[in-house]
Amino acid sequence: MSKLENQYSAKDEVATVFIRRTFFQRALITLKKAPFTAWLGMTIVFIYIFVAVFAPLIAPYGEAQIFKVPYAPWDEIHVFGTDRLGRDILSRLIYGARNTMGIAILTTLLAFIIGGGLGLLAAILRGWIDQFLARFVDILMAIPSLIFALMLLSIFGSTAFNLIIIIAILDSTRVFRLSRAVGMNVAVMEYVEAARLRGEKIGWIMGREILPNILPPLVAEFGLRFCYVFLMIASLSFLGVGIQPPTADWGSMVRETGELIQYAQYDITAAMTPILPAAAIGILTIGVNFVVDWFLYLTSGLKDEHK
Amino acid sequence: MHPIVATLIKRIGLGIVSLFFVSLIIFSSLNLLPGDFVEAVLGQSRTEETVATFRKELGLDKPFHIRYVNWLSAAVQGDLGSTFSGRNASYANQPQQSTARTVTSLLKPRLYNTFFLAAMTALIAVPLSLFLGITAALYRNTFYDRTVNASALATISMPEFFVAYILIICLASIYQFFPSLSNVTSSTPFFERVYLSILPALTLTLVTVAHMMRMTRAAIINLLSSPYIEMAQLKGLSRSKVILEHALPNAWAPIANIIAFNLAYLIVGVVVVEVVFVYPGVGQLMVDSVIKRDIPVVQGCALVFALTYISLNLIADVISIITNPRLLYPK
Amino acid sequence: MNTNNTDNSILLEMKNVSIEGYSDEKWHPIINEVDLRLKRGEVLGLIGESGAGKSTLGLAAMGFVRSGCRFTGGSVLFKGKDLTKMNEREKQKLWGTKFSYVAQSAAAAFNPAHRLINQTIEASVSHGIGKQDQLQKDAIELYREMQLPNPEEIGDRYPHQVSGGQLQRTMTAMAMSSKPDLIIFDEPTTALDVTTQVNVLATIRNIVKEHNTAAIYITHDLAVVAQMADRIQVLRYGDTIEESETNNMLKTPKEDYTKSLWAVRSIKKKEKNAKDSILSIENVDASYGSGPKVLQNVSIDVPKGGTVAIVGESGSGKSTTARVITGLLPPQKGRILFEGKKLETNLDERSKENLRRIQMIYQSPDTSMNPRHTVRDIIGRPLEFYHNMKGSEYSKRVIELLNLIELDESFIDRLPSELSGGQKQRICIARALAAEPKLIICDEVTSALDQIVQEGILKLLLRLQSELNISYIFITHDIATVKAISDEVVVMHNGYVVEQGMKSEIFSPPHPDYTKLLLSSVPEMDPQWLTKILSSQKSKN
Repeated sequence: MSKLENQYSAKDEVATVFIRRTFFQRALITLKKAPFTAWLGMTIVFIYIFVAVFAPLIAPYGEAQIFKVPYAPWDEIHVFGTDRLGRDILSRLIYGARNTMGIAILTTLLAFIIGGGLGLLAAILRGWIDQFLARFVDILMAIPSLIFALMLLSIFGSTAFNLIIIIAILDSTRVFRLSRAVGMNVAVMEYVEAARLRGEKIGWIMGREILPNILPPLVAEFGLRFCYVFLMIASLSFLGVGIQPPTADWGSMVRETGELIQYAQYDITAAMTPILPAAAIGILTIGVNFVVDWFLYLTSGLKDEHK
Repeated sequence: MHPIVATLIKRIGLGIVSLFFVSLIIFSSLNLLPGDFVEAVLGQSRTEETVATFRKELGLDKPFHIRYVNWLSAAVQGDLGSTFSGRNASYANQPQQSTARTVTSLLKPRLYNTFFLAAMTALIAVPLSLFLGITAALYRNTFYDRTVNASALATISMPEFFVAYILIICLASIYQFFPSLSNVTSSTPFFERVYLSILPALTLTLVTVAHMMRMTRAAIINLLSSPYIEMAQLKGLSRSKVILEHALPNAWAPIANIIAFNLAYLIVGVVVVEVVFVYPGVGQLMVDSVIKRDIPVVQGCALVFALTYISLNLIADVISIITNPRLLYPK
Repeated sequence: MNTNNTDNSILLEMKNVSIEGYSDEKWHPIINEVDLRLKRGEVLGLIGESGAGKSTLGLAAMGFVRSGCRFTGGSVLFKGKDLTKMNEREKQKLWGTKFSYVAQSAAAAFNPAHRLINQTIEASVSHGIGKQDQLQKDAIELYREMQLPNPEEIGDRYPHQVSGGQLQRTMTAMAMSSKPDLIIFDEPTTALDVTTQVNVLATIRNIVKEHNTAAIYITHDLAVVAQMADRIQVLRYGDTIEESETNNMLKTPKEDYTKSLWAVRSIKKKEKNAKDSILSIENVDASYGSGPKVLQNVSIDVPKGGTVAIVGESGSGKSTTARVITGLLPPQKGRILFEGKKLETNLDERSKENLRRIQMIYQSPDTSMNPRHTVRDIIGRPLEFYHNMKGSEYSKRVIELLNLIELDESFIDRLPSELSGGQKQRICIARALAAEPKLIICDEVTSALDQIVQEGILKLLLRLQSELNISYIFITHDIATVKAISDEVVVMHNGYVVEQGMKSEIFSPPHPDYTKLLLSSVPEMDPQWLTKILSSQKSKN
């Protein structure tokens, strides 16, 4: 075999180098390529957040302010009429954004702290801690969430605080499963083993080795969990065991004005009154779902087929 | 022993153990209450004597494990205790007599109603979802697929009561095809029962189909990207042959899981729908009891739901096990 | 147009074929105007590095493109008809009848839900080539030709019930079942052990000759292609570099790139007899959990300042030995001595100093570095962690290390995804060096790299050893690498040490049985090697 003159140089090996851009530049470029649904979703979410934050400035009247005429028809004074007790629907819709969304966000955050933390721990430590936690979560998940929530609420009573804690704990089981699964995928990677061999402590491994690599699915899951929690709180309030009056909340608003449905053939706007808060719930959920879908598409690398 | 039998026994055993733990949780959650439950239920009219008597009757003076065993053994025989409602008043006057009804007597008729509604829904929802999910996966990214996907996404984003109310407005209020209240009783004849249950069943179907169809589509797409599917294509097999003979045999396990998962979801969705349509099922009973804080009834309902949920998951796992060639034909 | 009656007519002619693939929202070229010609009964070897487009070209020879790819030019003439112009149904009639494909991973290509025999004859049955009974009988004959055990019954099994090598041969039988004109073999033995590979290669070669089937044999292993092909075509980045008859190409390659592929292991380290061992493991037994023993009574000495190569096939226990040494798998029996002192067997009990002195480099550069850390972070962390370096001292040292591994400052802010395979592995080496260790365990560090790149890494490792006096444990399954860089050699099989000693001892006879088998199974560049091996095996029986 002939000897080859060494023209080879490691530096010249071909590799794809990314052009260095700041976070904002990259974000802008990604946004420009976003599909219509993602834009729609982001707009919806933005509007809702805006309304929730600036509720006191936007709402025409107070949340629990009572007027003389209950079930007033839609007119200039009360754009969407009043409810059974004479409270302005529009104002309650606006404040409802703050209350319902606020409680849902707090609950989701709590669920993530508990579920995510425990899941990561289980993924890294493995062994009996992992087995115990996994079995425990399996048992908790053997009872459907709504049923479990109803049961616990009947025992502890339906305050906002109880609601947040109960639903957060119940939902943290799903977050646990996800973070454990993706955490385990990363925990078996050789770079994690390399860190262990170096002598790194668990804090470093969790925070610097594993966490940065599981952020995309966790962020997506946050969006999905928010939707789920949000719908569950609305349903519980609708059933009467969630957020209690006089707090304005979309779920209970639907329940409070529900009887107007039957008047649809006479006065369609009256029948629409309970639909408004229900639609408000649905539209936010759709918006978040659109954004999460797009985010998943970006981060999964699963491009659609092209023939 | 054949590995499949061993696996099955293990799985069923696991199910029974889960059920045991679930019952423990359901029973003991009562004891998590800060403060005294008895005093809360009896309320203002309580006295030392009534509290003590009530406690004794509820068995709350005995230690925890004895109470649990009593409760469990009674439950297995069908006795879930008696409701709290109606007690306080009678205790105030006549501590000896109790006009409380048994939980089981409350549950029985409603159990039938709920399962009737669930069955009606499942009969339509399952085939429909499978059809939509599979076709959407096969004709991926076509207009059909995108429409089906978008509608499904919209539907699952809506709360169930929203779907229910829209249906009521359209089909019971403006055009009065169906009644908005479904008062079925035990004496309602079959076809009238079906007629009264159509709107609630329709609501449930829409929501369940949306979930199930998405999951089926995802599972089929995942299946179609397996390497042996490409191999089948390279052998020159027609598209339908590839799907029917190569994809489908491997699809039973994931599809069984999806169906079980969604039927379990159905059980939960039933609660809201029963409340909206005032349909006398277990869900409505549970919600009413939660509001009244009638714990024995709540526990009984929770137990029923949990039992159904666990059983459905068990069936799904069993199907996965018996369709797995690695277990059927071990090395 | 020639009729197909003569044995030497042209079967397949690909002219100016170009194919593009879709990724990152753009179409990229995979194949650039490549020609390929194949006669009846001829075997063409298609070689090139990973990413050269061999698989894509092989599939294109059938007229098939994977989803996400498309033909953008040229024609594929099979017996005069252009496959690129045909619709799906016409092509389906040819696939499985005139064309067959043998995939790289047999385990993935078989449907786990169907028996082997059904899948073997499926294509023939579905295209109506013959009656079921006859086809089954023919299939069993093929199993026999493939030297599969129990040919009458093996077809009744399911894919998970047979071994990898048997599955690969079954797939070849499946490909032959319809008596095709052309079979495309896509790296059929890459996933197999060297000792299994010999049999599979032999059966493929015989079968193809006997039935006068044309074949395209895709591989990156030059020695293998030398055994199998009549002609060889070299592919690089989607272009043909060179193409000629096997013997010609082996003796007188024209292009520089081709020559560089042939220049196998110009390195040959001179054996050094070390007086001391830096590390030894004595009588080690190990197992995972309560399972069977993975290591049995293993004793190994690592020469100070030298290299011991641990060689064996998959399942031999070489990687497990590394895990025992690093403390990830405490043994059930035996002890470890490092620099004369007893070393704790459990990682968690070792001091930082001891952890620093033993470093490890992994096989797969893709998973051994955190994709979110830059080169600076990766190389610098050991500096920070072990030596408490900060600030300018830290930055200076990182650049020094980069230079040591023949890269430069410009790499400092790159992420692993922006590096080539060889560059990644060098960074891993730098990471190990940053700790200033006494011993480095190299676990198959060149196995995932292309030939030229491997050369570079091995040269680098040898240079570092002589400059810094580091001892190496080099785990590998590749005999050529062992010859190139080791001083001492340990041969392992099924958890036992078969033999150990100086390199010259191990490679000269007499050998224990397993070593003999192992050494003889490694394909060499001589096209007659396979024939020689088979005849020597036959004469032994």
